[in-house]
Amino acid sequence: MSAAWLRWIGPVAVGLLFVAGWHAAVTLGEVPHYIVPSPLLVAETLVADWSLLARSLRFTLEVTLLALALSVLLGTLLSFLFVQSRLIEASLFPYAVVLQVTPIVAIAPLIIIWVREPFAALVICATVAAIFPVIANTTLGLRSVDPGLADLFRLYRASRLQTLLRLRLPGAAPYFFAGLRISAALALIGAVVAEFVAGTGGTESGLAYQILMAGLQLNIPRLFAALLLITLAGIALFLGVSLLSWLALRRWHESEVSSPG
Amino acid sequence: MHDAQAAVEIRGADKTYPNGVRALSPIDLTVREGEIVTLVGPSGCGKSTLLRMVAGLLAPDRGSVRLADAFAGRTAFVFQQPTLMPWARVEANVRLPLELAGERGAGAAEEVAHALELVGLSPFARAWPRELSGGMQMRASIARALVTQPRLLLMDEPFGALDEITRHRLDREISALAAHERLTILFVTHSIYEAAFLSSRAFVMSARPGRLTREVVIDAPHPRGDAFRASPAFTAACAELSQRLAEAAGEPVA
Repeated sequence: MSAAWLRWIGPVAVGLLFVAGWHAAVTLGEVPHYIVPSPLLVAETLVADWSLLARSLRFTLEVTLLALALSVLLGTLLSFLFVQSRLIEASLFPYAVVLQVTPIVAIAPLIIIWVREPFAALVICATVAAIFPVIANTTLGLRSVDPGLADLFRLYRASRLQTLLRLRLPGAAPYFFAGLRISAALALIGAVVAEFVAGTGGTESGLAYQILMAGLQLNIPRLFAALLLITLAGIALFLGVSLLSWLALRRWHESEVSSPG
Repeated sequence: MHDAQAAVEIRGADKTYPNGVRALSPIDLTVREGEIVTLVGPSGCGKSTLLRMVAGLLAPDRGSVRLADAFAGRTAFVFQQPTLMPWARVEANVRLPLELAGERGAGAAEEVAHALELVGLSPFARAWPRELSGGMQMRASIARALVTQPRLLLMDEPFGALDEITRHRLDREISALAAHERLTILFVTHSIYEAAFLSSRAFVMSARPGRLTREVVIDAPHPRGDAFRASPAFTAACAELSQRLAEAAGEPVA
């Protein structure tokens, strides 16, 4: 059997075994569905409540993707700024760290109070949660230039812009994508956490809101269905970013030359 | 050949690094047009420092490094490592100096093809650097140096990491290139055999701070082939260089 098959069969088998065990435990143990619903019931709820859940999924995904896009844009621009001078980096980097180490749950209420537009508030929270890996990794990548190539660019009198575009940027790509994978997961977590904090404030509402409400109403099957959708969204996001990374690096970088991640 | 024009004139150049290490004691060296001058010496003797000064990557503390007008701006450097951009195909790597100078279009494509042909890499133009062997990566690096049609080639132990057979072949090719493209070459190596094979004149450099000992003249026309390796001139040059090197190494090493 080929290695590619092995990589799929293992996780799929574990997943199926888990679902089967879950089903068996719930059915045989006669666990009430308001404590733990059976996987079958979760699937049925997913279908029955699809219009409601799909709208929430879309909302959460919008917040997440917008926050991720903002993180990439702002994070990359900040990294460019950082590598322009050590003074700028030394002055600003500690504050990026402050942003990173302060739990998003703690800042979210403030942001939600300050920013009246709920959607914008959620996007800001998720961006704050997601931006640091992009900044840190891209800065590291932009600084990790092969000294020989740097000499070569100096010899041929390359301009600052030429050096940035042709040397620093492609050299930083593997670092950037490593950061992006982490940021993608953090953007989703940030979006969900911020929604929890915002509670029932907004008119439109995401998956976290559904979980919150389902919990209050003891509608545990719907809670599970929403949870499942968040997990699936996270997996899809991770795979999407991995695919991007593979497309960008597969030709030349050791991390991606063999097969998609 | 001794009345040829000076391509590079180094007068009293010395260098002490900020950490206090004295890399060079004052060096005087003239490289004349059309000759291959090699600097042989142990690791850390300041050979690379001297070469980087000629390239303009490093300024001497005192003294001067002057390139003749015909050579200024027509200099190319080949590093110890192939230093290729891993994210670009071989042809794109070779095209880089042209692109940095703003040259594009059919003219540039032609020059890239010509440079690749000179080093025998034409079939690998579309390959990625990681797909090439060490020797072929070095050829790509040389093609990149040749693409701007330089008159002075500075080579810093370019074949040090290659196996002996590949190194011999590339040395032959450098000798042929020098003859056909009328290149002036300043070549740094730690191999006396490479120095004896390539040089019009060779200098042994003593350990830190680097000093040049008397020149060894190897009077045989380029291109040189494998037959030259069996000639008395080659054998004599090797013997003389190895004696100079032993003398240089006899001094206390920092």
